[in-house]
Amino acid sequence: MDDVDNKTPIPPPKKADPVEEALRAPAPSRALDRLGEALGDAIEDVAYHCGVPIVRVGRDRIVEVARFLKEDSGSRMLLLADLCGVDMIGLRGAPRFDVVYHLTGPDTRERITLKVAVEEGGEVPSVTPVWRGANWHEREAFDMFGIRFAGHPDLRRILMPEEFDAHPLRKDFPLEGREKDHGFWRRPEDETRNTYRD
Amino acid sequence: MFGTTEMQINMGPQHPSTHGVLRLELKLDGERIVDTRPVIGYLHRGCEKLGEDRTYAQAIVYTDRMDYCAAFAENLVYAEAVERLLGVEVPPRAQYMRVVLAELQRIASHLIWLGTHAMDIGALTVFVYGMREREFILDLFESYCGARLTYNAVRVGGMPEEFPEGWVEEARRFCDVLPSRLDEYHQLLTANRIWLARTRGVGTIDGKTALDWGMTGPCLRGSGVAYDVRKAIPYEAYADLDFDVPIGEAGDTYDRYLCRMEEIRQSRRIVLQALDKLPGGEIRGKVPRRIKPPKGEVYHVNEGPRGELGVYLVSDGSEHAYRCRFRSPNFVNLQALPDMVRGHLVADVVAVIGTLDIVLGCVDR
Repeated sequence: MDDVDNKTPIPPPKKADPVEEALRAPAPSRALDRLGEALGDAIEDVAYHCGVPIVRVGRDRIVEVARFLKEDSGSRMLLLADLCGVDMIGLRGAPRFDVVYHLTGPDTRERITLKVAVEEGGEVPSVTPVWRGANWHEREAFDMFGIRFAGHPDLRRILMPEEFDAHPLRKDFPLEGREKDHGFWRRPEDETRNTYRD
Repeated sequence: MFGTTEMQINMGPQHPSTHGVLRLELKLDGERIVDTRPVIGYLHRGCEKLGEDRTYAQAIVYTDRMDYCAAFAENLVYAEAVERLLGVEVPPRAQYMRVVLAELQRIASHLIWLGTHAMDIGALTVFVYGMREREFILDLFESYCGARLTYNAVRVGGMPEEFPEGWVEEARRFCDVLPSRLDEYHQLLTANRIWLARTRGVGTIDGKTALDWGMTGPCLRGSGVAYDVRKAIPYEAYADLDFDVPIGEAGDTYDRYLCRMEEIRQSRRIVLQALDKLPGGEIRGKVPRRIKPPKGEVYHVNEGPRGELGVYLVSDGSEHAYRCRFRSPNFVNLQALPDMVRGHLVADVVAVIGTLDIVLGCVDR
C-alpha cells in the first residue's frame, strides 16, 4: 500500500468549484452539537453535503450513538428513515462496505446521517433494539451486500430467494446473467424434465 | 381424538386482496391470527442495480416502474435528488407545475386506494365511482405527457413540456367537480354501519409504535403524529402554499380512512392555489447536457401519496450514480403488519392490507 502511495505524484490542488463548495458548506445542527458534547469520542469524522451532517461513527459505538440521538431531548431522532449498505470498493478500497443510517427528527425537522465502515465478512451491531423498523432494512442490507448484523432477531434474505448464493448489489456482481448460475430457479434435473409445452 | 391445533395458511402471492404479489404466512388459532410473516420479493427487479448502470437521466424511467400507482411522485423525488447533487435551481414555473401534477397524482393514488380498499371490504360501488374520477386525472396526465400510468414526466432541472392548451381549464374543471364526488363517497361509507364495523378498532397502532416502525404518510398521521415532509422540510413551492395536514386520533383503519379522504380535499386546495399562482417564465433550469454531478451524496425525501419517498444517491463524479438507493414507504409500512393484525380475524387482514395501501412494485423495487 505504501509503495503505491509514494509512486503516485501528488495532484496539483484543484480550483475550488463554487457549486461544489456550496454543497459542502457546513450547516448548523443541534443534534450534532448534542452528540458532540455527550459522545464526542465516538465521532470519527464529520462532513456535510446538501446541508445535512454526515457523521462517521466507530463500529462498536453505533448502538450507543443511535440510542442517544433517539432518546436525547435535544435531538429526538425518532424516525429511522432509511438504512442501507454501500459497496465502497470503487471509492476507497478498504474497508469494503459502509452502512448508512438516515435519521429524521419529525418535530425538530432536522436530519442527520450516520455511517459505519465494515470490512467484507465483518459484523455491525444491529440497531433493531433502538428502532424496530431497522429489522427489514438490515435484512435487505444483508441480502444485497452480505453485511451481517450482530444481534438481529431474524437475519434472513428478504428480496432474493433463500437459495440464492450471491449478493447482487455488490459492485462485482454482473448486471446480466442466468438464474441457474446462482443456485436457484432450476436444478440440474429440471433441465431434462418435460415441461407442459412439450 | 378431538383437540385444537394452530394452523398455518399461506395467503397469496396470488390472492386478489393482497394488491399484487404479497405472500403472508398466517399462523391461526381458529380464525384468530396468532402470527403473520410477510414474504416479499416476488416483484424484485433490481431497480437500484439498474439505477447504478444507467445515466442519471435514463434512470428516471425506472422510477416509474416502482410505485406504478403514483409514478409521478417517484419521478419527482429522483429528479430532485439529482438536482440537489448538481446544485441546480429549478425555475419557479416548473416548481409550480410539479406541485400541480404531484397533487393530482396524490388524488389519483388515493382514489385507487379508496376503491380497492372499499372493494376488499365489500363495498363494490365505491370502486366504480373512484375509478370514474381517477379516469379524469389519467386523461389530464395523458394530455400532458402521453402516458396514463408510467409518465416519465419530470426532467432533471425542470419539466419536459408546457401544459398544453386548455389543460389548466380542464384541471380546474376537475377541481370543481371533485367536492361533490367526495361527498358521494362519504355518503356511501363514512356513516355506513358495515364500514364502521369493519374498520373501527381494526389494525390499531399508536403514534409512538408507528414511528418506531418507521411508518410515514397517512399511516403515521392516522395515529396522530403530524409529520408531513411538505410541511417539515418543504420542497418545490410547498412553502408558499396554504394547506392543512389532517391527523387522526385512534390510529385505526377508520381514522386512516378519514385522513386520506381529507388529504384528497387538501390536495385539491393545493392544486387550485398553484394554478392561480402559476408564474410565467422558463420551465427548465441550466442543466449541462451530460449530467456529471460532483463527488458527494444526497438523501432527499418527498411526501409521496403513501409516505416518505426517499432517494439516496452517491456520486463518484461520473455520469452514473455510484449508489442509487430507493427508500420505499410501502416496504417500511408493511413491516408493521404483523403487529397490526395480531389477535384479529383473517378477514381483518384484508382490511389492514388495504389501509396500508401497499403497491408491491414499490415494496420490492
